[in-house]
Amino acid sequence: MHIYVNGDRHSIDPETLAAALDRLGYGGKKIATAVNGRFVAAAARPGLKLADGDKVEVVAPMQGG
Amino acid sequence: MSFYGVELSSRLLLGTARYPSPAVLGEAVKASGAEVVTVSVRRESGAGRAGQAFWTLVQEMGLRVLPNTAGCHTVKEAVTTAHMAAELFDTKWIKLEVIRDDDTLQPDIFGLVEAARVLSDDGFEVFPYTTEDLVVADRLVEAGCKVLMPWGAPIGSARGLNNVYGLRALRAHFPDIPLVVDAGLGTPSHAAAAMELGYDAVLLNTAVAEAGDPVGMAKAFALAVEAGRLAHLARPLEPRDMAAPSTPMIGKAALGD
Repeated sequence: MHIYVNGDRHSIDPETLAAALDRLGYGGKKIATAVNGRFVAAAARPGLKLADGDKVEVVAPMQGG
Repeated sequence: MSFYGVELSSRLLLGTARYPSPAVLGEAVKASGAEVVTVSVRRESGAGRAGQAFWTLVQEMGLRVLPNTAGCHTVKEAVTTAHMAAELFDTKWIKLEVIRDDDTLQPDIFGLVEAARVLSDDGFEVFPYTTEDLVVADRLVEAGCKVLMPWGAPIGSARGLNNVYGLRALRAHFPDIPLVVDAGLGTPSHAAAAMELGYDAVLLNTAVAEAGDPVGMAKAFALAVEAGRLAHLARPLEPRDMAAPSTPMIGKAALGD
């Protein structure tokens, strides 16, 4: 199946958000996530099964005004 | 001065974007004496390191952070961004921006009030980036905001206080709500003018970050904010149309014919 992470298309086996993030190199990083426009707390990532076409946003701290 | 029960001694809040380097940012923040810095969240790839490096810098500063929802154009975007920022920075403070117009970065006040209500109900402590419109401010307070942040001028424009009358009216209308002029300041005199109006604090970024010498400018703003605050407390004169001699006329020597 395919998911989109920050706009980029990725081919993945059906898995949880936590597992997908780990596979994409986010393990241990300071990030926050949303799926299909809704916030997903860090604690909820292992329990969230991704579905085909899901749009995942991954953000990190950044400079701001 | 306190925001949502947090006592602060510095009345200058500083943004962290657009500095020539992380080192200059760190030095400028120190020179400004700011106790609160604004931050944001942005996409990062699995291989990216920028966000992690910035997070380390923020931790080293040891200051309170005020995350923003910059760039959000809808209530849904702003609310989701606020939740992501709250988790990343471990704070309920959020500088709420819901932007409508891309040329002026003028807030969508309708979306702003709605997002402020949703976030306040969710337990956030909202710092809304708004205009100087009294009625909008009233709605924001009604929605749960206990701080208001009207613009001085469009973000990054360096124009100063575009509507002094409006800002003065807002101050008079909300004597007990902390008011922060946020955005549009270009020089320390703009900051001093805001503080002389009785504003509780100012928030700025570009004026310092893009100055020729950001560290020197940060210090200049810090002094201006302090001077403006002292001037406000000392109750300045009201302007008048006609001259009023400062030197007493009584006792002047009669030297005419």
